[in-house]
Amino acid sequence: MAFWLSKSRSISSLLGKRIGLLTILHERNKGSFLHSRRDAVFRYKNSPEFSTKSATFSATGRRFKSSKTGEQVELPSSDEDDDENQAVDFPGGRVAFTSRMNFTSESSGKRIPCFRVLDDNGYPIAGSIFEQVNKEIAVRMYSGMVTLQIMDTILYETQRQGRISFYLTSTGEEAINLASAAALSPDDVVLPQYREPGVLLWRGFTLQEFANQCFGNEADYGKGRQMPIHYGSQKHNYFTVSSPIATQLPQAAGVAYSLKMDKKDACVVTYMGDGGTSEGDFHAALNFAAVTEVPVIFICRNNGWAISTPITEQFRSDGVVVRGQAYGIRSIRVDGNDALAVYNSVRTARQTAINEQRPILIEALTYRVGHHSTSDDSTKYRAVDEIEHWKTAQNPVARFRKWVQGNGWWTDEYESEFRSNIRKQLMEAIQLAARKEKPPIANLFTDVYEENAPNLVEQERSLGETIKKHPQDYPSDVPL
Amino acid sequence: MFGIISHKLVASTAGGSPGQPILRAAVLAMMSNYSTATKQIMVREALNSALDEEMAADPTVFLMGEEVGEYEGAYKVRFVNSPLTPVSKGLLRKYGPQRVVDTPITEAGFTGIGVGASCHGLRPIVEFMTFNFAMQAIDHIINSAAKTNYMSAGNINVPIVFRGPNGPAAGVGAQHSQISSHWYSSCPGLKVLAPYSSEDARGLLKTAIRDPDPVVFLENELLYGESFPVSDEVLDSSFCLPIGKAKIEKEGKDVTITAFSRMVGYALKAAEILEKEDLEAEVINLRSIRPLDRSLINNSVRKTNRLVTVEEGFPQHGVGAEICASVVEENFNYLDAPVERISGADAPMPYAANLERLALPQVEDVVRAARRACYRSVPTATTA
Repeated sequence: MAFWLSKSRSISSLLGKRIGLLTILHERNKGSFLHSRRDAVFRYKNSPEFSTKSATFSATGRRFKSSKTGEQVELPSSDEDDDENQAVDFPGGRVAFTSRMNFTSESSGKRIPCFRVLDDNGYPIAGSIFEQVNKEIAVRMYSGMVTLQIMDTILYETQRQGRISFYLTSTGEEAINLASAAALSPDDVVLPQYREPGVLLWRGFTLQEFANQCFGNEADYGKGRQMPIHYGSQKHNYFTVSSPIATQLPQAAGVAYSLKMDKKDACVVTYMGDGGTSEGDFHAALNFAAVTEVPVIFICRNNGWAISTPITEQFRSDGVVVRGQAYGIRSIRVDGNDALAVYNSVRTARQTAINEQRPILIEALTYRVGHHSTSDDSTKYRAVDEIEHWKTAQNPVARFRKWVQGNGWWTDEYESEFRSNIRKQLMEAIQLAARKEKPPIANLFTDVYEENAPNLVEQERSLGETIKKHPQDYPSDVPL
Repeated sequence: MFGIISHKLVASTAGGSPGQPILRAAVLAMMSNYSTATKQIMVREALNSALDEEMAADPTVFLMGEEVGEYEGAYKVRFVNSPLTPVSKGLLRKYGPQRVVDTPITEAGFTGIGVGASCHGLRPIVEFMTFNFAMQAIDHIINSAAKTNYMSAGNINVPIVFRGPNGPAAGVGAQHSQISSHWYSSCPGLKVLAPYSSEDARGLLKTAIRDPDPVVFLENELLYGESFPVSDEVLDSSFCLPIGKAKIEKEGKDVTITAFSRMVGYALKAAEILEKEDLEAEVINLRSIRPLDRSLINNSVRKTNRLVTVEEGFPQHGVGAEICASVVEENFNYLDAPVERISGADAPMPYAANLERLALPQVEDVVRAARRACYRSVPTATTA
């Protein structure tokens, strides 16, 4: 027997060639072939990890069925785990072999579950473990969500009235906006996509500042150069919104690289939608962030729609969370309409990102209740009752309100008072913004380069002269 | 070498030993005569030394790109003078992987990453293996880098340098031979530089790295191995050349020839040939494509009254077109002849050596164009 075993490798390889099989031999001289053999054939077919077991050349005298060339022959597998010796150090690391040809399935069968803390009615789910949020933060989060809701409604209407050229709402995603912002520190650098004004709101951007940007007046921090909703604020560590999709992702990895080199106690947080994950920049950003080991949190607002493209047409993977592992990034799927779950996951992600200097991917599942923007009418491609359902039954603001009120931190009276207050403030801000002067013409020529380009200086001077010569042709409401 | 010897001599006699004063005086006198052009360095070395010095001076400067780091180790010994020796030789060993980053193959990705890093206090130098591949990153170069200072109302600076070889090499086909000078030069927000000599390479790269705006730095693969004489001033670590200023490589009075990058060499050779025909060409090395040194070019045309522009790129909307427009707009009455534009052929670059030669400007083309501008009779067809 022993003699036979010691010879078995060469003989099996010969047999292997003749029968046309891959055979990897156990070099261990264990006598367990006998007892395993009986149930081996049964287990072979039914074991969930049969693909990782190596085939064993049975030396117990079992005769092989004669087989014609090309016919599959099954060898009984051993119970034993793969021998460590049956592995090779390919570039990238040691890999164990298997003689089971098994394609990893395109889907793991079960979808990755979604972390949530509050149920649909705003009650903490029994047994859920989460970091408590104190009254001050909870009320601030909730009132921020309400403010965002009102701001969206009114500014959207303002566009419809023709007073601003464009607007984009975050309706349905208020929890992601405010809760993620609340979990960060002011030193964390934010690179938004465009549906995250709530983060700016949390950090202290006022309604007047929002309105100024939308109206592109002289008080606009953007000097009148950007479309509405392209907010940016250096003092709030919020990078200016940029229209091309997903370009902020590799940039965020770059900013994180800079933070890492500075060894700052801060991380970068960048947002994208489900559609943005299809861009090449998503791949580069995640891959690079993982390789360079930088503290960046990628938050994907999976809201089901990329303008009119539903996620079934966007990707075939189990959403976005499964992709994290493909890049070697720790990931989590969270209920984006549960403010506390979002808060908790971002808090933990932030600590991990900074302490372990690694990127984190958070997929927050939610729904885009509003149209993509004022240039879109989503009823053209989705059912009105689907929108209604998410607007009412799954409203993140209402859900969080129930929890906050349940703790006695908010009442219905506060609610109506707060809402009418914000509405009034916003209307005033809009009136003021609309009345303010437009940005001076000088803003056309500056900031193309850090130092003003001589040709532009010359053109500005020449324009000034022309205006002086023909004042009647120059609009009276545009300052110089 | 002479400089070093004279340095040593001066130093050793600084103590004031009595026997040496005459020798010392003589040495000092000779030094002042030979203070220019004592050393020859290759463009590749010039770029490498510029990178090295800037990285040493400023810890926020770092280099990223494909094969910039480890690759230099593999070929350093065997191919010291080959085109394969990268410009980043020795930098990884000196500064470590945090400052010399080998990136995955995603131009769009690492360009975006570089822009992001530059938005937050670092000064990346993004190297493209060639500018052909930069086309995959052009959104980040234009939309993320060029426009950001303006669109963020001056809040977000992008002090980034995009560098790499631009234009045809030898026998590499269409997808490896594209010239991008005129594309980037049409973009406000970018600065575009094209060095020719080692002096240009050193001075312009140092300025580019120190510049607060995004700079596209177009090198030339075939020039990497060419040596040029450099003065001590050029070798000094504070040497910088201003952006937006061209250089008159050779003065003349009969015709102005503008060129950049490799074509400057061709223009100089053409000028030598023209001299034998009693035509003195003034050769201008543009150095800076955006901003263009319009005043220098125009002054030259006012002096010579004739203009020939030379470039390797495609003819339509090329750099020469802009120069021509500028001269016509400002000095129409000074022109005695139509402006002649020499450019590459209006076709994707062929591979076969004879076809490639025909697709690119040659010295004879420049000579012929200059003669035409000077109303000398010339054969119109090229002789292959």
